[in-house]
Amino acid sequence: MDIFLQQVINGLVQGSIYALVALGYTMVYGIIELVNFAHGEVVMVGALVSLSVIERLAARGYSGWTVIVIGLLLAVPACIALGLGIERVAYRPLRKAPRLAPLISAIGVSIALQQLAALIWGRNYLHYPDILPKTQYAIGGAVISEVQVVILIAAAVLMAGLWILVQRTRLGRAMRASAQNPAVAGLMGVDVNRIIATTFAVGSGLAAVAGALVGAYYNVGNHTMGFLLGLKAFTAAVLGGIGSLGGAMLGGLLLGVIENLGAGYMGKLTDGAVGSNYSDVFAFLMLVLVLVLRPSGLLGERGIEKV
Amino acid sequence: MKSRYLPLLLVVGIAALPFVTDIALGRSWVRLLDFALLYAMLALGLNIVVGYAGLLDLGYVAFYAVGAYSYAMLASPHIGIHLPLYVLLPTGALLAAAFGALLGAPTLGLRGDYLAIVTMGFGEIIRIFLRNLSITNGPAGIDLIDPIAIGGFSFSASHTLFGFTLPGIYNYYFLFVGLTTLILLMSKRLEGSRIGRAWAAIREDEIAAKAMGLNTKNLKLLAFAMGATFGGISGVLFAGFQGFVSPESFTMNESVMILCMVVLGGMGHLRGVLLGALLLAILPEAFRPLAQLQQSAFDQVYLDPANLRMLLFAVALIAVMILRPEGLWPSPVRKRELHDKEGDDRPLPPSGQPTGSDSVPGHTGVSAADAGGVA
Repeated sequence: MDIFLQQVINGLVQGSIYALVALGYTMVYGIIELVNFAHGEVVMVGALVSLSVIERLAARGYSGWTVIVIGLLLAVPACIALGLGIERVAYRPLRKAPRLAPLISAIGVSIALQQLAALIWGRNYLHYPDILPKTQYAIGGAVISEVQVVILIAAAVLMAGLWILVQRTRLGRAMRASAQNPAVAGLMGVDVNRIIATTFAVGSGLAAVAGALVGAYYNVGNHTMGFLLGLKAFTAAVLGGIGSLGGAMLGGLLLGVIENLGAGYMGKLTDGAVGSNYSDVFAFLMLVLVLVLRPSGLLGERGIEKV
Repeated sequence: MKSRYLPLLLVVGIAALPFVTDIALGRSWVRLLDFALLYAMLALGLNIVVGYAGLLDLGYVAFYAVGAYSYAMLASPHIGIHLPLYVLLPTGALLAAAFGALLGAPTLGLRGDYLAIVTMGFGEIIRIFLRNLSITNGPAGIDLIDPIAIGGFSFSASHTLFGFTLPGIYNYYFLFVGLTTLILLMSKRLEGSRIGRAWAAIREDEIAAKAMGLNTKNLKLLAFAMGATFGGISGVLFAGFQGFVSPESFTMNESVMILCMVVLGGMGHLRGVLLGALLLAILPEAFRPLAQLQQSAFDQVYLDPANLRMLLFAVALIAVMILRPEGLWPSPVRKRELHDKEGDDRPLPPSGQPTGSDSVPGHTGVSAADAGGVA
């Protein structure tokens, strides 16, 4: 079996999930310059809500992708409502506050959501019911499962949709204007508050899908699952250049591939001294390296420092 | 009158605190006080980085870990070396400072949020190494660490003084109070020194500071190393106090918690930081009786008490930030600055002016005439 190709495929699948989450970080950061610490938790809520739905449907004998889609139909609105609520309660009152205040309230929201989820779903790992087809396809010495194919397609469709939304619609233009200069956008008749709320809604919707997909992929969910995923996705967003949509997508895919290649080859290269348990180290080292060489990320605009 | 007796009252109060706590709340609360003081030292260390120099560090716990593991490895049966404290305390401090400089050197050119994520990654890297290396005994950690001892005086053992037997947690309390005071004094002196004022200049406007001839890169590096040193010292004390270290004590959550202490208290203001640290260290514990309340009210525990108290903690964190974004006890200067800024933003036209959404930054300051000129 071709290990290289296999790791690239796995990496792309994992990376497309990172990318979906990273988009949420980067869109919010682009407009209000806030690291939305609670975003990973929104992904977790998406995963657990869809899991609850899927479990109930599976218990009644339904199976296949329709169940996942029904789960999504509930998880997406739930996460959108959650995202809007977070923005309203924890971020909007702090928009003029010193820079670290919203960061702390974001951390507060993140802890609160984790604990709420633990109260609702319990603290144990929840396993997804076995409802998805296990078909595998061989390509050039590697295998790709149906779940992986679906994740890749779903992520690609969503990212294309987002690209069109931001670049080709009136709403997207308002978003870009607000990101560039909220004050002037406001003068041009853009309701900046509404645009910020919409941005949170779109990001949370994507997070819900990412959550459901990540649950279906790894077959397991837990109230702490959002933390590392969120951290990685944020890393991906920074890697690509925070604030840039293309950067988030590229950063996500790149991070996924790097991590999986690292996990696959580290043991071999170092004769077993450094094994796959260091794959996270590899990801973060890569990030440090990229930032040191290109401080604004891969696709980030060179910021002109305003005096 | 106030100024004459206050210091005396404070000293007596601090000296009496563990005894009163022990009698009123039980011995486990004295232990909690010890931990709160450890957190206070950490928060004061991070305050140098975040509060004074304005650098956002999300991986501060890494330096705490470096200090703790340096003590754990050199004073335990794990490798079989038992070095005394007067060697280990400087070792831990220097090692942490070296790590601080190592991390800072390539990354301090980065802008605020990028620096935050890099430090966060660094913290995770350290933890992953601690988890996986055999020299640190992996996820199991190192135990049977020697207690802190100066000369023949072991802090973990009970000692009898004037007929009273004081268990280890009391000894540590007084040791930690002493060291916290020392760090407080050092921070205070640092704040007003040439270096401290240079940090403030960098924090307020880096470009202007550079233009005034400050070597911003070295100064930032110094702040990082200084903060790391205090982190390392706290780590050494933690290892000796706890007698056991494992990678799980140094997760990112700890870094986040320490940052919360600094910001919630009022960054750059020593009393505020101290208040924030003590408050946040004790708050989760203070919510513990809620579980019993639930039990007695409903005859049954519906909501997991551990989750419930962390939930309340998080809600308190959000509420404080919304109500007092400048922190609970900010420095008078900072408070004034914030309120002046607010005043600048709101020279609203007196009447007949539909201002639209007033929470758009900078929106309200622009008059309709300007807008008309553009449109």
